[in-house]
Amino acid sequence: MWPADTPLLSVKDLSKSFNSFQAVKKVSFELYPGEILGLLGPNGAGKTTIIHMLMGLTSPTSGEISIFGLNPAKPRQREKILTRMNFSSTYVAMPYSLTLRESLMVFARLYGVKKAKARINELLEQFELKEVADRPVRTLSSGQMTRLNLAKAFINQPEILLLDEPTASLDPDIADRTRTYLLEMKRTKRMAIFYTSHNMQEMEQISDRLLFLHHGEIIARGTPEDLIARFRGEDLEDVFLKVAREVRL
Amino acid sequence: MKIHRISAMFLRHIYLYRRSLTRLVEIFYWPLLDLLVWGFVSLYITKLSAEGKSAPNFLGIFLGALILWDILFRSQQGISVSFLEEVWARNFLNLFVSPLTIGEYLVSLMLVAVFKVVVVFLISSLLAWILYSFNLFIIGIYLLPFMLSLVILGWSIGILTTGLILRFGQQAEVLAWGVAFLFQPISAVFYPVSVLPSFLQKLAMIIPASYVFEGMRAIIFQKAFPAEQLLKAFSLNFIYLTLALFFFFRMFKQVRARGLLAKMGE
Repeated sequence: MWPADTPLLSVKDLSKSFNSFQAVKKVSFELYPGEILGLLGPNGAGKTTIIHMLMGLTSPTSGEISIFGLNPAKPRQREKILTRMNFSSTYVAMPYSLTLRESLMVFARLYGVKKAKARINELLEQFELKEVADRPVRTLSSGQMTRLNLAKAFINQPEILLLDEPTASLDPDIADRTRTYLLEMKRTKRMAIFYTSHNMQEMEQISDRLLFLHHGEIIARGTPEDLIARFRGEDLEDVFLKVAREVRL
Repeated sequence: MKIHRISAMFLRHIYLYRRSLTRLVEIFYWPLLDLLVWGFVSLYITKLSAEGKSAPNFLGIFLGALILWDILFRSQQGISVSFLEEVWARNFLNLFVSPLTIGEYLVSLMLVAVFKVVVVFLISSLLAWILYSFNLFIIGIYLLPFMLSLVILGWSIGILTTGLILRFGQQAEVLAWGVAFLFQPISAVFYPVSVLPSFLQKLAMIIPASYVFEGMRAIIFQKAFPAEQLLKAFSLNFIYLTLALFFFFRMFKQVRARGLLAKMGE
């Protein structure tokens, strides 16, 4: 088991430039086992670029990323990292001509999941997709698609989960149950979760620590309570509005 | 019927052409290719009658060539269109954040291409036999190396176009349907290479498919196995497949650096 005081994921001086535009500027942070780390920031702050760099979809301009003590820039190490990690985003879908069960079977094979059928049934149950399991993905509502994406994200029982606005199109009931499930995974499996959302109430509720990203830089970090106190906000939403409107405190 | 609504929809499509070079090129591309292919076919037939030669087995030439050409086209599509399906389904990111390596992904697409080729070939051959009493299997066991050569060329073109789509995004997806046909006039699919003007004959010498189609005609008409031509085809295929893979991996590295891989998947 990974030691509790050693970060599963560590980022040091990470930067990314697209020509003359610097999307991410010398960002450093760690993610520990059993922790939910929230990444806050207005649109264009660099959140998605950071997530994409963590998954090796975008190569950093400079800086270091270490996940499970491995370097994702090296192809063989990247492969090992991705077996133990997963990702879900509202902006990504699944193969629309396959049924949900078939889609999940494809990903179960990609991740080398043992007893795949049983695992798929478990996830279909968990995300309340059993009734539509044999329907083509294209017939799903946006909420069902989000849940299917989450089911895919849990297929390999990841130790690190990257979530990009995972509850954006869920109704309040399912969103709440998803948050409860995430908290349960964090507690029981010591899953480390890196989370972005524009739902400030949600971030406040589930994050252990938060990083506040603005113009590609981390301008504040701490627990939700720390940030609210530091920016003298009423709640996290108030803090977000102040920072997004560039009120310097 | 309101003119302003019709003009709005007309404008909607014209705007696309103003900004998209691929769409603009497409307007000229297909008529030009058709003109070239059918122009050379006509030249071939005219030449035969001028020389007073007896009409060859046109059924064999055209149907056999068409079925074999489809092997190349399906092989290429098996790669490019399968890749595009992931892009259209917005599933691309899910795949590339899994442990799947780019090499494994390419091999899987090549297998899909082979599967498509086998299914299409069997159906076309059966239909040609039922409808026209044309038996492509008269080529015998030599059919296999011919098919393999076309499959490999289809892979190379598919990998090349996929690399271009990866780099230039969905605006380049028209290449998935068009690029293979660029090789059709100089591959001498429906006529011998000798029908082509001399500069195109030189180009045909570096296209593996031209050796396959010349070989097919040699078997049908002269009952001779064109071993040398097949060897040339396989040597060229080896070079093109290596270049296509090199190009694809280079493009993949570039799109990762530019953050385009992620954009393609969303």
